[in-house]
Amino acid sequence: MAHTNINDPLLQEITGPTPGQMLRRRILGHQGLLIGAVVMAILLIVAIFAPLLAPHDPYAQSLMHRMEPPVFLGGTWDHPLGTDHLGRDYLSRLIYGARVSLMIGTIAALISGVIGTAMGVAAGYFGGRVDMVVTFLINVRLAMPVVLVALAVVAIMGGSLQVVIAVLGLLLWDRFAVVMRASTLQVRRREYVAAAQAIGASTPRVILSEMMPNIANNLIVVVTLEMAHAILLEAALSFLGLGVQPPTPSWGLMVSEGKNMMLFEPWLVLIPGAVLFLLVLAINLMGDGLRDVTAPENRS
Amino acid sequence: MEKPLLSVRNLTIDIPVGGGTLHAVRGIDFDLNRGETLCIVGESGSGKSLTSLAVMGLLSKTIRRTADRMDFDGTDLTRATPRTMRALRGARMAMIFQEPMTSLNPAYTIGDQLTEALLLHKPVGREAARARAIELLEKVGITAAESRLSQYPHQLSGGLRQRVMIAMALMCEPELIIADEPTTALDVTIQAQILRLLYDLGREMNMAMILITHDLGVVARVADKVAVMYAGELVETGPAAEVFNMPSHPYTRGLLRCIPLPGKTERGSKLGTIPGIVPSLVGDVQGCAFRTRCSYAEAACHGDIPRQGSGGHAFRCIHEDGNRHFEEAIA
Amino acid sequence: MLTFILKRLGLAVLVAFTVSFISFSLLFLAGDPAAALAGETASGEDIETLRRLYGFDRPMLVQYGDWLFSALRGDFGESYYFRLPVASLIAERLSVTMILGACGISFALLTAVPLGVAAAIRPNSIIDRVALFLSVAGQAMPSFWFGLILIVVFAIKLGWLPPSGASSAQHFIMPTIVLGYYAMPAIMRLTRAGMLDVLSSDYIRTARAKGAPEGRILFRHALRNAIIPVVSLAAVQMGFMLGGSIVVESIFALHGAGYLAWESIARNDLPTVQALILVFSMFYIVFTFLADVLNAWLDPRMRSS
Repeated sequence: MAHTNINDPLLQEITGPTPGQMLRRRILGHQGLLIGAVVMAILLIVAIFAPLLAPHDPYAQSLMHRMEPPVFLGGTWDHPLGTDHLGRDYLSRLIYGARVSLMIGTIAALISGVIGTAMGVAAGYFGGRVDMVVTFLINVRLAMPVVLVALAVVAIMGGSLQVVIAVLGLLLWDRFAVVMRASTLQVRRREYVAAAQAIGASTPRVILSEMMPNIANNLIVVVTLEMAHAILLEAALSFLGLGVQPPTPSWGLMVSEGKNMMLFEPWLVLIPGAVLFLLVLAINLMGDGLRDVTAPENRS
Repeated sequence: MEKPLLSVRNLTIDIPVGGGTLHAVRGIDFDLNRGETLCIVGESGSGKSLTSLAVMGLLSKTIRRTADRMDFDGTDLTRATPRTMRALRGARMAMIFQEPMTSLNPAYTIGDQLTEALLLHKPVGREAARARAIELLEKVGITAAESRLSQYPHQLSGGLRQRVMIAMALMCEPELIIADEPTTALDVTIQAQILRLLYDLGREMNMAMILITHDLGVVARVADKVAVMYAGELVETGPAAEVFNMPSHPYTRGLLRCIPLPGKTERGSKLGTIPGIVPSLVGDVQGCAFRTRCSYAEAACHGDIPRQGSGGHAFRCIHEDGNRHFEEAIA
Repeated sequence: MLTFILKRLGLAVLVAFTVSFISFSLLFLAGDPAAALAGETASGEDIETLRRLYGFDRPMLVQYGDWLFSALRGDFGESYYFRLPVASLIAERLSVTMILGACGISFALLTAVPLGVAAAIRPNSIIDRVALFLSVAGQAMPSFWFGLILIVVFAIKLGWLPPSGASSAQHFIMPTIVLGYYAMPAIMRLTRAGMLDVLSSDYIRTARAKGAPEGRILFRHALRNAIIPVVSLAAVQMGFMLGGSIVVESIFALHGAGYLAWESIARNDLPTVQALILVFSMFYIVFTFLADVLNAWLDPRMRSS
């Protein structure tokens, strides 16, 4: 009679790992995602506990200790990363700068995420006129030179942290709208959405409990991308002197302030730029990793 | 006896997968004479397509192909350089694929794609190539052939595209044509037309043809020779008439029970099914692959399987006639 | 085809109008042009006089209509700071930015496309890994910081290249790299993904079955299809590069339109800023329009729909 086959694919499917276990395995197997997440977590902790971790007051000037070199260039442990042109402790300013960058990145990404997701989902779900209007607005937004508009508005309204966050939040929603519109269009045609509509579920219910869970992975990826984008833009605005204003410790501003002494003390520019690079790199690695790990084609 | 156009011995195809090796095709032998039609039948995943791609030298680089012998009209395909293979492909051996919708390049006109092979292989000018393309389009039954040349694939229906693919394969008058399930993606009404066309053209040009299909109805009508594949093995091979009249391997008989035959299948009687699923081919594969689904399986099926049969008709089974007498006794 | 072009053109014009309206109202709501014009030492009375003189007391829509009507005739008003017609001021500065933009996108395409193709031919090879590393690192690199590092290394330490200015071709080398590298990762990734996709497609197998040589398969059959989305991306990136030119031109002291934008913003020179926003967005609109037309020409499916 027929012999039982231990290689039977059906049997393997039954005894195989659960989707949750597989997801965990993929996350732990993804180097980029892990590295990004660890760096990101460290910087987040540094930003949150800045007052506890910073050795000095980031605003305290000392004309006696101007431009002291970092400890690896012959400085002292009192100022491990040296001091700037006003004698402020560079490490402390870097630590507080993490707060500025992360706060701007997070809040701007949240604001633009809400705007863009609402627009994109509405366009994808309702289609027709709504879609036309949203597509048009996306086109308009893409045609606006972000750096120029952001610079001009910030310059006119004054470079406070709130203004920079608001301007970036109101400008960076385009990618959310584009991606969410496409994902919604894709999911909308699925049978489970039709099924929910058929049993009489309300529109918000269909969108929130049937569609959102299936497009959330794309949303998370865009959140990371736009966070990185906002952080880089803030740094660029501040570098041009038209973003966050002194004496706020922004990494872009620190590069700008160090620029004049770049010839003699290149570390003044190198250190804040390197930290900025590291943060954005970590966020991007996380975003790429999340995309790889949650991509539907990897779920089999 | 005439020397065969294509002769394959002990063709083996291994695919490296995650944790090991997938033995996709194991020890296939067949011969094909000029002008002959060989039908390879079997279910999906049995290695039919891989076998044909192996002959064409179109397997992807990660797949390992070995054979004791693969001879195409005196050229040893196992040792052929990429250059030699390129010179053969399209010129002396051509292939028609399963998916007419995606097998044409969307960026170029039908004319460009039809003439490409001819211009690559033969010393002809553009005008002559165009004329040949028009001639062949007409031959495959496409009306207004000349105006089709400047059209793009997306402007044609699936049936028309497959006709274009056939015309494309015939451009250089190849001696061997391989058609890999050329009609599965098409409407049922078109399927018969296309097959008839392919068969007639093959006869007309005296081409050898390997037709891969899982449609036994088709096989019964066009095949000179039949090769039945199961899970990477050739379980039965022989002249079409013999295989149909004396199906010896239990799997072949199972397949034949699954199709209604005019005159043989009684109205209202049940069609057969083959219970069970195809085994995994990853890791060591020993014995008869069909034993997990075979009603005559016994311990010996785990061991070496002898090759049985006489003349051109051969099959692999431990039972002398694949227990055919047993079923005939019941019937 | 013609209707497609006309439709896209109509949309482009509509987008341009909307952008100009939004930027006009943004600056109108955010700042007081009269105060900016009068300077910091002016009295309240002086500002009032100026406001009436220039018509800043009129409703915004009237002012916008006025501005737009002049703008359509090529008159963008007079710069508050330079006391020159904005149109000629921008025209004079635009050539530097256009050269820089053309160099930047060429640099990006000439490095990113070959790298993407090479990575796609051998996925997971050394070259693929290098390309992936470059794209991940490139995306995270702040352009102003990258520019400063180049200056320190190549202008100050090695003395190979001039640190700033625009008087010779050499002056454009570092700005080109800084402007171009930013567009590289996206173009590289899209080329790689597109090539991978196309190379595994059925029609590439058909080309192989015809006996086409490998080079012909890669470039004539595969790249021809994979490049279509890259064209659109390159156009979008070119639009972004104009924005990037503000940062790059300020680092390398290139007196182009980006530098003018930076100066004008810092000096509250509203007519100039206004006009620059419109000009930059017009460039973006023209680029994407041209890319659409080019794509319709490259992709027969788009041509007929």
